[in-house]
Amino acid sequence: MGTGGEIPEVPGRPDERDRPRVGVDEWVANVEDRREQRAGIAGLARRIDDLVPPWALLVLFAVVAASLPLWMGRGDLFAYGIFTLIYVLLGLGLNVVVGYAGLLDLGYVALFGFGAYFYALLSSEQYGIHWPSAVSIPVVVVSTALLGLVLGIPSRRLLGDYLAIVTLFFGQAFVVFVNAANPTVRGKGLTGGPNGIADVDPNDLFGYELTTRRQQYWFILAVVLLVLIGLHFLSESRTGRAWRALREDPLAAEAMSIPVNRLKLMAFAFGAGIAGLTGCMFAAVLTAVTSGNFGLPILITIYAVVILGGIGSLTGVVIGAIVINVSFQFLAPENPQDNARILFYAVIVLLLVLSMRPWWRLAAVLGGTLVFGLVAHTLAGAISSSWTAGAVVEGGRFAGVISDWVIIPAGHDHFANIAYIALVVSILALTRVRGWWRTAMLVPTVYLAAIVWETSFVEEPAVARWILFGTLLVFLMTVRPQGLLGTPRVEIV
Amino acid sequence: MSLLRLRDVDTFYGEIHILQQVSLEVGKGELVCLLGGNASGKSTTLKTILGLVRPRGGVVELDGENVTGKTTSYRIARGMAIVPENRRLFAPMTVFENLQMGAYLQKGGLDEQLERVFDLFPILKDRRRQLAGTLSGGEQQMVAVGRALMSRPKLLLMDEPSMGLAPILVERNFEIIQQVHEAGVAVLVVEQNANVSLSIADRGYVLQTGRIVLADSAQALLRNEDLRKAYLGR
Repeated sequence: MGTGGEIPEVPGRPDERDRPRVGVDEWVANVEDRREQRAGIAGLARRIDDLVPPWALLVLFAVVAASLPLWMGRGDLFAYGIFTLIYVLLGLGLNVVVGYAGLLDLGYVALFGFGAYFYALLSSEQYGIHWPSAVSIPVVVVSTALLGLVLGIPSRRLLGDYLAIVTLFFGQAFVVFVNAANPTVRGKGLTGGPNGIADVDPNDLFGYELTTRRQQYWFILAVVLLVLIGLHFLSESRTGRAWRALREDPLAAEAMSIPVNRLKLMAFAFGAGIAGLTGCMFAAVLTAVTSGNFGLPILITIYAVVILGGIGSLTGVVIGAIVINVSFQFLAPENPQDNARILFYAVIVLLLVLSMRPWWRLAAVLGGTLVFGLVAHTLAGAISSSWTAGAVVEGGRFAGVISDWVIIPAGHDHFANIAYIALVVSILALTRVRGWWRTAMLVPTVYLAAIVWETSFVEEPAVARWILFGTLLVFLMTVRPQGLLGTPRVEIV
Repeated sequence: MSLLRLRDVDTFYGEIHILQQVSLEVGKGELVCLLGGNASGKSTTLKTILGLVRPRGGVVELDGENVTGKTTSYRIARGMAIVPENRRLFAPMTVFENLQMGAYLQKGGLDEQLERVFDLFPILKDRRRQLAGTLSGGEQQMVAVGRALMSRPKLLLMDEPSMGLAPILVERNFEIIQQVHEAGVAVLVVEQNANVSLSIADRGYVLQTGRIVLADSAQALLRNEDLRKAYLGR
C-alpha cells in the first residue's frame, strides 16, 4: 500500500456497457452470447447443425442419399452407398450404448454377427428354411435384443474398462464359437465353420425380392431413415434424458432414484436390436456370412465412426460413417496406388504446414527436402546405377517424379529394413533437439519417410491403408477430441 | 412423532465396525445438523439413511414406517431426497432437464412442482434453458437443491453443502437451506462447518468415530466448551 501521494486516475472504459456491475451476474446470463464462434470447417458444420432444424437435415440427407443410385455405377453404389449405410446403422446402434448411456461395450460386433447368422439360418439353403423378411427380420431383431440384455447383465456391477474387457471377451467368444465350435445340428454344421453360410436369400418386401443393388440400397436407406427418426425421438424422451444423466454421473442418477440398472439393460437391448437389424441386411446384401466379417477390424471401424462423428450426436454418426467409409474405399487396394500415395504426401505436407511457424521455416524444410532428395538421388546414381534401378510400384502421374527423387535400389528388401530403422532413429532424435537443429533434422526425416513409404508400405497396400487411416484418425482426434459434432465436456468446478 | 428416526444403528464395511449404536431423530419441518470431523461416520450415516448401505443392527424409520430393508428408490418415493456432496449436477444438460431428472419416478404433477421450485429460486426460471455446467456456483447449488425438491420430499438430506466452497458461497448455500426449511421441508444437514450450520439449525448431533457423543439444541451446542475447542478453535 502506498503511503499518501497522489492516486493515479483509473482511465475510464471506452464502452460503458462492457463495465461489470457489482451484484449483476450478466456473465452467466449471457453465456450463449459470449460463446466464441468456432473457426474453420468444424465450426461451420457445428453452426449448420445448430441452425438447421433436425427434420430439415433429415430431408436433406434423404434426398441426397436417395438420388445416389441415379448417377452412381453398380459397383460404386455397393462400395460407397450400401456400405456407408451399413456403417451408419451400426454406428447408430453403438451410439445408444456408448453415446447415450456411456457404457463401453466392446462385444457389440458379436450382436451384429449374431443377427447376420440368425437371418442366414432363417433364410437360406442351409436348412432349407426360407422365411419372408417380414417375419424373419422382426424375429432376429427381438432375439438379438434379448441377447443384448444378457450381454448387458455384467454392466449392473461393472463399469468402464472392466465392462469393456468382459464384453470384449464375449465378442471374441462369438467368433471362436462360429468358427471352431460349429456344432452339428440336423446333420450339418450349424454355422458352417470357416466357410460360413452361403446362398442367403435377399430381403423381400412382402414377397417382392430385392435383388438389384439399387433396390437393396433404397431399402436399407428407408430403414436408416426410420431408425434415425426413432432415435431422435428416443433421445429427446424421458428415457433418453435419463440415459444422459446416467452417463454424466451414475451416482447422482442413482441418488435421484433413476432406475440405473434397468436403463443400462435397456440401452444394451436397444443397441443390440439395431445391430441385429443391420445383420439381416448385411447378410442379405452379401448373400453369405463368414466369421471374418465380425472380428476386431469392424469393431474398430464402428467405434471410429461414432467417435469421429462425435459421441451422442445422430448427425455426427451419419457424417462419421460417410467420412470413414469413403476414405476407406478411396484407399482400397483395388483403387490405383496413387490415391494412397497422394494422401501420404498430402498428410506430410499438411502436418508440416500446420505445425511449422513462421512460413520461411516451413519453406526451408519443404525446399530443403526437395533439394536433399535430388542431391541424394544423384549421388546414389553416381556411385552405382543399381542403387537407383528399382521401379516405383504402380505408376500414375506422380510416379515419374518419385523415381527421380526417392532412392529405390534394385533388390530393396534389405535396404527397406535399414531405411525403416533409420527413420525410427531419426524421429527419436527429432524429439530430443530444439530450434534450428530440429528444422535441419526434419529434412532427412521426411526424406526417409518417403523412402520407407516407397519401398515398404506401397508393396503392402492393406497395411499401408490402415496406417494412413490410423494416422488420420489420431491427427483428427488430437485437433478435435470431442469429434466433429460432439459437445466438448463442460466441467463443473 | 418424528419424521426420521434411527435407533441403535450398527453399520459395518466388511469387518470394520463404522457406526456404533447411532440414534438420531429429525422432526417434521425441523432443521437438524449432524456434525463430525473426517472419518467420523457422517457419510456412512447418510448412506444408511438412504439405503445405499444396509445396517447390521438397528432400525431406520421414515414417517413411522420401518424402512430398514427397503431400497433407495422406495425411500425416495416415500419422501426422502438428497443433495449430494459437490452438487453433482448433470453438467451438459439444461437446468430444466436437471430438474426433470429429480422427478424421474413421478408420473404427473411435474409442472406444479416445477412452479414451486421456480417460486423458491426465481433466477432458475430465467436460466432454465441454460446448461447447468455454465451456471455460477450459487446457482448450481440452487439447481441441486431444486432437483432434490422435485420429488416433493418431506425430508431433504444435504451432504456437506459447504465442502470446498469460498466463504461467500458457503453463506449463500446456507441461506438456500434456510429458504427450503422455511418452505416447510425438514432438512438434515451433514457438515464439518459447525459454526455456520448451527447458526441456522434447530438441533444438532455430534458424531465422533462412529458414535453420537453430543446431542442438544443448536444454541446449547454453540455454547458447549468441548465442541468449541474441537470444531471452532476457540
